[in-house]
Amino acid sequence: MHHIVPLRVYFTIFAALIVLTGTTVWAAFQDFGVMNDVVAMAIAITKATLVVLFFMHVRYSDRLTQLIVSTGILFLMILFVFTMADPLTRGWLPLPRP
Amino acid sequence: MANAIATAHEHAHQHQFDDAEQQHSASSLGMWIFLAQEIMFFGGLFLAYLAYRTAYPHAFVTASHHLDVQLGTINTAVLITSSLTMALAVHSAQLGKQRLLLVFLVATLVLGGIFLGIKSVEYSHKFHEGLIPGPFFSVVSGDSGQQQLFFSLYFAMTGMHALHMIIGFVAILFLIVYTLRGKYTAAYNTPVELFGLYWHFVDIVWIFLFPLLYLFGRH
Repeated sequence: MHHIVPLRVYFTIFAALIVLTGTTVWAAFQDFGVMNDVVAMAIAITKATLVVLFFMHVRYSDRLTQLIVSTGILFLMILFVFTMADPLTRGWLPLPRP
Repeated sequence: MANAIATAHEHAHQHQFDDAEQQHSASSLGMWIFLAQEIMFFGGLFLAYLAYRTAYPHAFVTASHHLDVQLGTINTAVLITSSLTMALAVHSAQLGKQRLLLVFLVATLVLGGIFLGIKSVEYSHKFHEGLIPGPFFSVVSGDSGQQQLFFSLYFAMTGMHALHMIIGFVAILFLIVYTLRGKYTAAYNTPVELFGLYWHFVDIVWIFLFPLLYLFGRH
């Protein structure tokens, strides 16, 4: 009925999360130019993925649960992409400003 | 929900379900749909942050320098550790180890309390430094209004996160009471498992809040 995840998995994921937290703090004080934001978000997404897959057992869940998680993320992406498509592309065309 | 389910018999389930397995699947599905809704709820706050940060990048960098990276980092570690203890609580419940379940629930409660304690210290610093948006905002500069926007979002996002922590805190207290009454066994521990999902979700929200609010533009 339940998939019992071995304890070793929990401790490995915990260690990875702590190491990634240290890494993101270190990276924030380095100058990577525009890449600073990319690095910070890549680390945050990695950490979140580890939590979802292992602490929340989605890696071992049934397909319906995985579908709901994916749908949630998909709609979040729609919200972000469609909204930011406006402010991020302003000024791309030589149109007079209103 | 949980206490309505009879615990006398190991495989007891409510009459609308075929068996305990189906009852568990239904509960789990409901929790995940609630969490999908929570993704959209916090998504709106993150979107507002992203839009205004794109519009006023300079003011947001200046304002975020008022936050304490050290306290933010400690709190991130505390919350990740509480996620570990919660995962271990679920693990103990699944194996029917009631004593260990109790130990890990209490550990999670304590770590959640430490997080909220540190958060309240940070809030009181912000209050004394005059960083509350509104008529008493103390930063005098051309982009003071835009910096207040950053702090409005800071308090809205971390406040909403803290509210989720407080709700979780109360829920753990209930889980501890039911654990002491021996309600959770290897055969029935759905509330512990589903609360674990909620707690991990709150952790994930903080995983994104920390770099966006504290670490942005530090170099």
